Amino acid sequence: MTSSTPLISPTEIQSPEDDLGLDTDQPWIVLVWNDPINTMEYVTLVFQKLFGYSKEKAEKLMLDVHNLGRAVVSSGPREKAEIDVFRLHEHGLWATMQHDE
Amino acid sequence: MKRRPDGAYDLSLDPDRREVVVDLLRQLGDLIESQPDHPNLARLRPPAYTDDPDADAAYQLLAGEELRTSRQEAIEAVIASLGRDELTEDELWSWLQALNGVRLVVGTRLGITEDDQGPGPWRTTEPEDRPMWAVYDFTSLLQHDIVEALSR
Repeated sequence: MTSSTPLISPTEIQSPEDDLGLDTDQPWIVLVWNDPINTMEYVTLVFQKLFGYSKEKAEKLMLDVHNLGRAVVSSGPREKAEIDVFRLHEHGLWATMQHDE
Repeated sequence: MKRRPDGAYDLSLDPDRREVVVDLLRQLGDLIESQPDHPNLARLRPPAYTDDPDADAAYQLLAGEELRTSRQEAIEAVIASLGRDELTEDELWSWLQALNGVRLVVGTRLGITEDDQGPGPWRTTEPEDRPMWAVYDFTSLLQHDIVEALSR
């Protein structure tokens, strides 16, 4: 992964927004995988809690996990994805992260 | 578990069952502490990167310790709460975290590979596995009650 470094000419003044800059990090996606132990109702609840999804959206994602084997539950920069994966692991879910192709 | 109007939750679990919970959680805590790499704990620390072993090694180093601490704290919170009949929402989530830990470990030990349908004749259980299944079913039932209470 590369990060962009803004070119600063001596006469230019960088505003704070420019420094935080272009996020040229490829976005990462977080996947949750089906497993035979976690219950559907529990997984739904965890999605609601961790991501603030509505019950409907959480249920849909859970059903995708259950029926398709996995679902993308969140995306973003690497740091955010890692935190999401960690929180999902804390709740016993099987989550992984990868580049969004 | 029952949600009260004031937002707290009633815990109605008889003393015998509370002792079972303490015992199970102590066993889980001990296992995590003394044998963190035990194969039955594998589901408590799954991989984060499937296509990058170096990144995953780094993640496991960082997150492994934190996951263990987090789980131990949940276990302690539950044991501390067992002297009361009233729980907060945060405590309920600690219960979920701790109980699910037990389910994952016991489920791994039992070799559950397909979605379990609950107790019934469809289960082929070896006699020596029956105590483990009893633990699994007991914690599953508790977890179900908590999820239901939180889902209102």
